[in-house]
Amino acid sequence: MFDKDVVKYLEGKARDLRRNVVYSVGVNYPGHIGGSFSAADVMAALYFHKMKHDPQNRYMADRDRVILSKGHIAILQYSALAEAGYFPKEELRDTKQLYSMLQGHPDLIKSGHIGIEAGTGSLGQGLSIGCGMALGLRMDNNPATTYVIMGDGELAEGQNWEAAMAAARFGLDNLVAIVDKNDKQAQGTIEGRFSLGSIADKWRAFGWNVLEIDGHDMEDILKGLYAAGEAKGVPSVIVSSTVKGKGLDFSEAHPVGFHNAPLTQEQYDAAMAVFSGEEN
Amino acid sequence: MPHANQRVAYGQALIDAGRVNDKIVVLDADLGGSTMGKMFETEFPGRHLEVGIAEANMTSMAAGLALVGKIPFTNSFAVFSTGRSYDQIRQSVAIGNVNVKICGSSAGLSDFGDGATHQSVEDIATMRALPNITVICPADPNEAYRATLAAVEHVGPVYLRISRADYESVTPEDKPFVIGEPVVMKDGTDVAVLATGYMVGPALKAAAALEGRVSVKVVNIHTIKPLDAEKVLAAVGSCKAVVTAEEHSIVGGLGSAVAEAMRGNPKPTEFIGVRDEFGRSAHNFNELMEHYELTPKAIEEAVLKMNK
Repeated sequence: MFDKDVVKYLEGKARDLRRNVVYSVGVNYPGHIGGSFSAADVMAALYFHKMKHDPQNRYMADRDRVILSKGHIAILQYSALAEAGYFPKEELRDTKQLYSMLQGHPDLIKSGHIGIEAGTGSLGQGLSIGCGMALGLRMDNNPATTYVIMGDGELAEGQNWEAAMAAARFGLDNLVAIVDKNDKQAQGTIEGRFSLGSIADKWRAFGWNVLEIDGHDMEDILKGLYAAGEAKGVPSVIVSSTVKGKGLDFSEAHPVGFHNAPLTQEQYDAAMAVFSGEEN
Repeated sequence: MPHANQRVAYGQALIDAGRVNDKIVVLDADLGGSTMGKMFETEFPGRHLEVGIAEANMTSMAAGLALVGKIPFTNSFAVFSTGRSYDQIRQSVAIGNVNVKICGSSAGLSDFGDGATHQSVEDIATMRALPNITVICPADPNEAYRATLAAVEHVGPVYLRISRADYESVTPEDKPFVIGEPVVMKDGTDVAVLATGYMVGPALKAAAALEGRVSVKVVNIHTIKPLDAEKVLAAVGSCKAVVTAEEHSIVGGLGSAVAEAMRGNPKPTEFIGVRDEFGRSAHNFNELMEHYELTPKAIEEAVLKMNK
């Protein structure tokens, strides 16, 4: 069991991240709201509880790393980094503007200095990068953990399974994959478009320690993250069942439409009211 | 001791560099016996990673290794290390200017028996199209050794094109290798032959055969990217025409790079290379060189044509 205050604090942080996402999308220009909202609770648990990191010492050698393999939800990671103090939150509004450091997908050169650890965007490459990082860190006896946040639609990319084999073959227990299983891909439901069968069984077959959680239940998320850290000799994957667009009535009702969509002024105002935190 | 061939020179360079630099990590995709990654594996088993026949994963893994401070070398045949991993090189390595070294082994037509599927005639073109990547095509075994050491020292992604053909060196063993510097192999005043990789040797033979008839300058362009326009113009000097020579397609390779570099001050130019077609099987490397007209004779004829 986790301290109730910790859980409540993290739930508040998840709400803050969703608010930051809405702020960074603004009105009129599209943003990847759906997949950001599905992963927001896990992201909050990582950056505000589980991970060792320090915005004041951002290059410290033994910091834990996050690789966003589903790079299209860069706005969620930017939101977490800004919330943690890596850069001023006001700058979130510059996302995707010409000359902004906040690119549509994580960019090492333009935003490596604010805590982006790898360039991603072409789906299916993050886990391989994570394997390389975890191996390199282990070679140096560095205790850091590498977390890779992946989508479920992304699992159709074959390179993921090359990486899954490699991570098991090298026994990377300092690597944790988190599959944000929101059951949707850009064009519809995963079941309807390109059914994957049992995701958990696939990872088990590849020799991974598999944990299944409710990705919107903070206690469950923490349980999964700690259990992942305890497995020895094998990599862990957390299959996190989520709802695409989680947190707003209209994005939950139209998760595919809000894969990458603009907000109207009305929707923006409604979202800001929901995530203001004032009801608490 | 001169190096026997490029790939052994490469393997030896990795070992020699690995002795003084423990950041070097070598990755192989089940071709270590051909790439000579196995030499490093024997010497430093803890820093050699067999990643299975999975080049895409190998390349992105190398990016991860580099992002935590290692100097990874990925190894496979050039067609695979660049072709099967093109998107990984682009996305995981080049965009972020990540310090990964990509070895394209058995490059060009040097894997003579295996045919078109295993012969790379477009790898220079694809790698050179990517921003941030340095593209090096060593002339011979000696230069392969020195270029590998230079790639270790260079911070940023490098594509290193390594042949499996056996031939003698025309460059010295001990001269420092400077990335981006054309090397004048022989002076001349009529026609400049700018050659890369294996073709530097045939270019020198052609120049010798024409001695007394045409004054041929031979320049080794071991670095195809970056290729500085001023340096190319200086290398061509007062020669009135240019012949480029490469064991690669004339589409997008050295010839194209030279033409781009000289676009502000163009001179009549002829390309010696594979003429926009794939490779094919043969019983030996020289048969293919004859078939594709990548020979001293072909260079001689091009020089004579351009000297008119």
